[in-house]
Amino acid sequence: MTLELFIQYFFAGITYGSIYAIVAIGFNIIYNTTGIINFAQGEFVMLGGMISISLLPIMPLPLAIAAAVALTMLYGALLEICFIRWLDNPGVLRMVIITIGLSILTREAALHVWDESIRSLPYFVGNEISTVNVLGARVSPQVFWVIGACGLMVAFLSIFFQGTSVGRQMRACAANRKAAVLCGINTRDMVTFSFVLSAGIGALAGCVMSPITSTAYDNGTGLAIKGFTVAILGGLGNSAAAVAAGLLLGIIEAFSVSVLPLAFQDAIAIAILLIILFVRPHGLFGSGTAAGLKEF
Amino acid sequence: MKACRMMMVVLALSLAAAPAVMAETLKVGAILAVTGPAAFLGGPESRTIEMLADEVNQAGGINGKQIELIIKDSGGSPEKAISFAKQLIEEEQVVAVIGPSTSGESMAVKKLFEESRTPLLSCAAAEVIVNPVAGFVFKTPQSDSFAVRRIFMTMQEMGISRIAVLAGNTGFGKAGKEQLQAIAPTMGIEIVEAEVYDKDANDLSAVVAKMKANPDVQAVVNWSIVPAQAIVAKNMRQAGWDVPLFQSHGFGNIKYVESAGVAAEGIIFPAGRLLVADKLPADHPQKQLLTKYKADYEGKFQEQASTFGGHAYDAFIILMKAIENGGTDQQSIRDEIEKIQGLPGTAGIFSFSATDHNGLDLESFEMVTVKNGAFVPYEKQ
Repeated sequence: MTLELFIQYFFAGITYGSIYAIVAIGFNIIYNTTGIINFAQGEFVMLGGMISISLLPIMPLPLAIAAAVALTMLYGALLEICFIRWLDNPGVLRMVIITIGLSILTREAALHVWDESIRSLPYFVGNEISTVNVLGARVSPQVFWVIGACGLMVAFLSIFFQGTSVGRQMRACAANRKAAVLCGINTRDMVTFSFVLSAGIGALAGCVMSPITSTAYDNGTGLAIKGFTVAILGGLGNSAAAVAAGLLLGIIEAFSVSVLPLAFQDAIAIAILLIILFVRPHGLFGSGTAAGLKEF
Repeated sequence: MKACRMMMVVLALSLAAAPAVMAETLKVGAILAVTGPAAFLGGPESRTIEMLADEVNQAGGINGKQIELIIKDSGGSPEKAISFAKQLIEEEQVVAVIGPSTSGESMAVKKLFEESRTPLLSCAAAEVIVNPVAGFVFKTPQSDSFAVRRIFMTMQEMGISRIAVLAGNTGFGKAGKEQLQAIAPTMGIEIVEAEVYDKDANDLSAVVAKMKANPDVQAVVNWSIVPAQAIVAKNMRQAGWDVPLFQSHGFGNIKYVESAGVAAEGIIFPAGRLLVADKLPADHPQKQLLTKYKADYEGKFQEQASTFGGHAYDAFIILMKAIENGGTDQQSIRDEIEKIQGLPGTAGIFSFSATDHNGLDLESFEMVTVKNGAFVPYEKQ
């Protein structure tokens, strides 16, 4: 394999990988505060892309993206307040079924609003054919936007969870919900807030990736499966691990093309998910003892 | 109460009047995927034939008879298509059926129409619908093999002999890939790379890099009906790979061009002439029909006319022609369809025979390219 081809695969890999990582982080945020997997996470990504595309004709690109992120956050809050908040001590299974239902509901609503056609945002810099030359390989400038946005979000989240009061309250919820309540933390607000936060980062990911991958009403499902694989691969609840696992899966997928037929690309993600679930259910970077204490 | 009674009177009157009208009508059935995953086919198809039936009826009908159109929405499901086919044949006793929209449904109902001796005019593309020929089954879209041959002919003109093939993993993609592989050796083309991608694939830069690394590849053919058509184009041009990109007739939707932006420039693909109707020479036999259909459809439904609606258009006018020429029942309509020669439709000029129930040839496809974000006829450089 030439160096040029290697770099080409590598960049393709980290582009997918960053997107998977962001979806996985969205899973983790909600998992940490509620202990459940929100299967509507992929739909937040789709909504972010779709809303920004619809707003673009009436406002400049940065504003359209900001508005799309804000509206998706509002949607995340509404979902939580309408369907989850009022449940008294819901079981894991019930919550999971609810989020699957919400994902289908969102997807069907999107089909009615935007129909089945495929749209995309314009490239932030340059156009469809402009490229940056990296050691002989050619990479679209949008790839750097995706990687940059992903990196910024991870940095922002780690500062948020370590350094701010709200962030600490959310982590307290995750560590021990009863103790958090006793300390005067409103755990219900924290759950709502976790939906808002993961809707926001999902929507932003949806905007930066839209020029590369295009956006359609049913994009969310595929992303949710990949994101879920990555979250499990890294160890549920651990965002830094999700980034590592996301990049790993993306790179494996990209390089697999050189030895396996392209049609197997998606089978690889599912195969990895199964192997991890059998061999190391707490993930590559998770701790088995900690996972044993959790309900799900 | 009063309104209610009025309604009853009107209802009674219309019931009484119905038999008188019925005597003068000709029942035509249609089984189309108006909703569901194939709605992009069935939607334009049902709107087109409704529009045409209205037109015929307003002009006094055909041979003095009004057309009564009975459209059944199969949702793209072969099971539903079968039960609607039975209903139309046995209960409604229609003279002919237009549709189904998809190849799977058409194959599922083929035998039924053959046994009941009722003409079927399918709007689906698969070659197997009319090959081997079944006495009562016809189809209006061009066959995949015509598209493949037109592409290879263009390659021969350009001096291209070694190509890479990419295809989506849908029925359309698979059938296209098989045709490409079967026809290539007979036309002196060698396929040096072939890959199949998932229909939901949203980035193909890795596989494009792999193909680009093979210096033998002189051109790429992509065969799919999904968004990946635009993504292949973007990824190729981003990789700085400027070999010619050919697409299937599935690319004939301006939305894919919009989605690929400048990367779509120069893509070459075969298409029915509807896409380039306004750029055809004025004396072309399809020119007037195509521009009229486009203007009528777009004026009435506020959406772009598509080749799919065109397939139903063709089925309808073929049926009308057969009735006009003396077809009165199932058997005579079938016989008249086989006699039709040189009838211009949206897909091409139809000339049927006892052995050809598609009636089209290679000329039904025009090679089209993208120039400044619009479709224009491809001209040899």
